[in-house]
Amino acid sequence: MNPGFTWNIITDVQWMWSLPSMVNAFRAGLAVAILAGVIGWFMVLRRQSFAGHSIAVTGFPGAAAAVYLGLSATVGYFGFCIGSALVIALLARGSGTGVGERAHSSALIAVVQAFALALGAVFLDLYGGFLSSTSAFLFGNFLGITDEDVLTLVAVAVVVLLAMAVIGRRLLFASVDPAVAAARGVPVRALSVLYLVLLGATVAEVSKFTGSLLVFALLVMPAATAQVITARPGLSLLYTVVIGVLVTWFGLAWAYFGNQATGFTITSLAFACYVLAYAAKSVRRTLRQGRPGRLEVA
Amino acid sequence: MSVFHDSYMTTALVAGTGIALACGLVGYFLVLRAQVFTGDALSHVAFTGALAALAFGIDLRVGLFAACVLIAVLFGALGRRGRADDVVIGNVFAWVLGLGVFFMTLYTTNQSGSSNSSGNQTVNVLFGSILGISSGQAVTALVIGIAVSLVLLLIARPLLFATLDEAVAAARGVPVRLLGYTFLVLIGITAGEASQAVGSMLLLGLLAAPAGTALLVTDRPFVGLAVSAVLGVFDVWVGLTLSYFVPDTPTSFWIMAVAAATYACAVAYSRMARRRRRPGVTAAAS
Repeated sequence: MNPGFTWNIITDVQWMWSLPSMVNAFRAGLAVAILAGVIGWFMVLRRQSFAGHSIAVTGFPGAAAAVYLGLSATVGYFGFCIGSALVIALLARGSGTGVGERAHSSALIAVVQAFALALGAVFLDLYGGFLSSTSAFLFGNFLGITDEDVLTLVAVAVVVLLAMAVIGRRLLFASVDPAVAAARGVPVRALSVLYLVLLGATVAEVSKFTGSLLVFALLVMPAATAQVITARPGLSLLYTVVIGVLVTWFGLAWAYFGNQATGFTITSLAFACYVLAYAAKSVRRTLRQGRPGRLEVA
Repeated sequence: MSVFHDSYMTTALVAGTGIALACGLVGYFLVLRAQVFTGDALSHVAFTGALAALAFGIDLRVGLFAACVLIAVLFGALGRRGRADDVVIGNVFAWVLGLGVFFMTLYTTNQSGSSNSSGNQTVNVLFGSILGISSGQAVTALVIGIAVSLVLLLIARPLLFATLDEAVAAARGVPVRLLGYTFLVLIGITAGEASQAVGSMLLLGLLAAPAGTALLVTDRPFVGLAVSAVLGVFDVWVGLTLSYFVPDTPTSFWIMAVAAATYACAVAYSRMARRRRRPGVTAAAS
């Protein structure tokens, strides 16, 4: 089926893009990477990876429930992801940054995830054992994306990104220094609820392509890499999106030519970027510490 | 009661008690140290370990334990003083999941044709089935559970000190780093054992729900530790009994439902208690 990788990149790309499903996969990958990158950047900054992961995982029982009830999986993804985001946001104590508050909120997040998965087990059971789509719910399916899927994805991405553009500045302030932001009249709590709902919507939409387990990779990895590279907010947000898009596109191509699952190729590339960034940073730090009198060696 | 006449119920009770005890005790520290994400990550790492073992044709349990303990130690090495940052955990574990997909593809290709079996294995690792385990496995689960509990109780006092005030504990000569690693290995063993006997999902629930409940109900650490362990065992027993009387529903659902209900009651209780303590504040959540 696949023509195989030749070292002639141009013909390779032409081959790959002669298939409409591959073109759609690349389009969807672009939108997914931008959306997940921006939302994930705040998730990493706010140290809410655990919440993000739990919300992502709840999409799986949501999809299972919807399919069992004869609804479209999309309804299940959105219902469960936004629902669990609301539960986590509304029941968490305070801003969730203090030591005690962190302990309580981490327990809450875990209970939400475990209970949602337990519901998922019930629906799988009701459905009569193994769902052939279980694997797709968990690990996604980047192939077989229709034009319509891409349009819906872009629509959701535009809405979420517009909302983020409106609250972005205040959310950044509230994330970096909640106490000062609150004193300045920034509605910290309302912002954190709204942010988690946006995260839920993003995860619900992205999960349709990446699956419940791997959406988390696109949320956390590019953002973490970018925040290792630079501490400047605007620049690292830009890096996040660029890394996300590159990793997704190269991952798709690798999956296509190497006959691998996209979940493996995309996470591997993203993890390699993160490790490289981390290594480069520690090398630079050691060099600087080793020669205290000198300027930084590039 | 006819519950105990069925041998599979007895095995499930034996295994469940051991696992619940270990999860309750380990989970209490996990919640107190705000490290639940580590437990969550390890419960998914178990899945990759199992699939890797399947792909290479090794015993599934070897893969589970090796993956859980190795990744637990890796988390410790990557963090400060044996405590990993959640961004690091997120990155490592997202990639380990990706690796799991790789092993799944490998396994499916080797098996050629029976693509459903790897999917079924995946579902088993995620959801487990406590009713399906043999009596030998149940005894193993009980022994491992009790061993983990004993080691944890042995290090409970210094670990608590290191958890509540790391800097002071370190200054007093408590081996904070070593304790952190020991604790992570205990989590790894618990995760490896529990995820094969009861599934990753129930593992996370049993780690977090009883401990979260205990933390809401009492401020005294050792009382909380006991409450957490007892609640874990209680959840498993009540859940198993319910599943016996309501057939054709997954056992793990009932155990998790009891655990979540108990936790929800504790959340409601602590909110009411806080409101009573501050009579001036009428609005519940602002």
